[in-house]
Amino acid sequence: MSRPKIARKSTSIDMTAMCDVAFLLLSFFILTTKPKASEAINVVTPSSVASKAAPTKDIVLVTIDKNGKVFLSMDDEEKKEYIATTLNSTKGLNLNVAAFKKAEFWGTAFGQLPSFLALPVERRTGDAMPGIPVDTTKGTNELIEWLNLASKAYAGRKMNLLLKGDNNSKYPYFKAVIDAFKKNDLLKFEMITNPESVPIGSELFKNPPSKKVG
Amino acid sequence: MAEMDTSSGGGHKKGPGVKKAKKLSTRVDLTPMVDLGFLLITFFIFTTTMSQPTAFKLFLPKDAEKPEDNNPVKQSGVLTILLGKDNHVFYYEGMLDNSNASSKFKSANFGNGDDGIRNVILKKKVNTPETDFVVVLKPNPECTYKNVVTILDEMSINVVKRYALVDITEVENQLVKITEAANPVK
Repeated sequence: MSRPKIARKSTSIDMTAMCDVAFLLLSFFILTTKPKASEAINVVTPSSVASKAAPTKDIVLVTIDKNGKVFLSMDDEEKKEYIATTLNSTKGLNLNVAAFKKAEFWGTAFGQLPSFLALPVERRTGDAMPGIPVDTTKGTNELIEWLNLASKAYAGRKMNLLLKGDNNSKYPYFKAVIDAFKKNDLLKFEMITNPESVPIGSELFKNPPSKKVG
Repeated sequence: MAEMDTSSGGGHKKGPGVKKAKKLSTRVDLTPMVDLGFLLITFFIFTTTMSQPTAFKLFLPKDAEKPEDNNPVKQSGVLTILLGKDNHVFYYEGMLDNSNASSKFKSANFGNGDDGIRNVILKKKVNTPETDFVVVLKPNPECTYKNVVTILDEMSINVVKRYALVDITEVENQLVKITEAANPVK
């Protein structure tokens, strides 16, 4: 008479494992995300099909903002120190070497550097700075001297010369910067751009550069 | 959903004095927590800008000191591209002089269409022997950095091996300006 009892199975599943996975992924994404450093200089870069990531070490970065103001920044503190001491001895600028090393970028004529370094960091924005003079019609192209110093500081070592220009900056400023590169025999440089996909059907699309030598 | 065990089964069978402590399950329902976890993941994925800046390599030629050091190029293989303001692009093949300026000097755009600069470059590339093909880029002072990068990018898209960035001449600049004035931006 007795019927075999069918075991009643619970419909609820153990969520612990799934919870573990979710939070593992979450922590992974949080840790791998590099917070975008708030930049003092606002620059919107153009896009290109170049697929190589921009170098992040040993960089000498020349930035051109939308008004054509030119800024220079470097990451290696030793090299910065070299530049500061050289500037002090050759130009007698009496720069504060520690402040010079801390500065994220430089964007004034040599003569105004001491007062620039005296400014608090939060007031050193691209908009407030006059930029390094490059226009030869208005005076000397001081970027030539900056780059000369930078290449001396990196003498014998690889220096990644980068150019980051704003979409709306005009060509003459770009040309002035390139002239400064040429004057220092810095003939290899990279332009920072946003990645863009290769147009379908174009020559590059048919023959991706990986197949080519060089 | 909740699995808090609140049943007090079996409590009655013992005598009235003996009370069994209620057994509470330690298991907590994790569903809401999973929901929250995935919600946060989605949020972070969407707010992260994945694109790392890329670097576009450019090699500059060394300025030749003597004119005879310059590489001579064949007239027939040269395509000159001029950049003007407001995304204007102009081009001509070979040499430009007063007599043929009006017919040779043509305008293009950055689009993909028939009169897009990409097609112009491709057409020229197909019609010229590879060793003769040179593209000369002449940005005028009013064009933007974006246009310069776009056109340099165009060189890599179309796999142009030889190209040069050259200063615009006064005559060409005037031509660009006149043509721009005649064809205002739509």
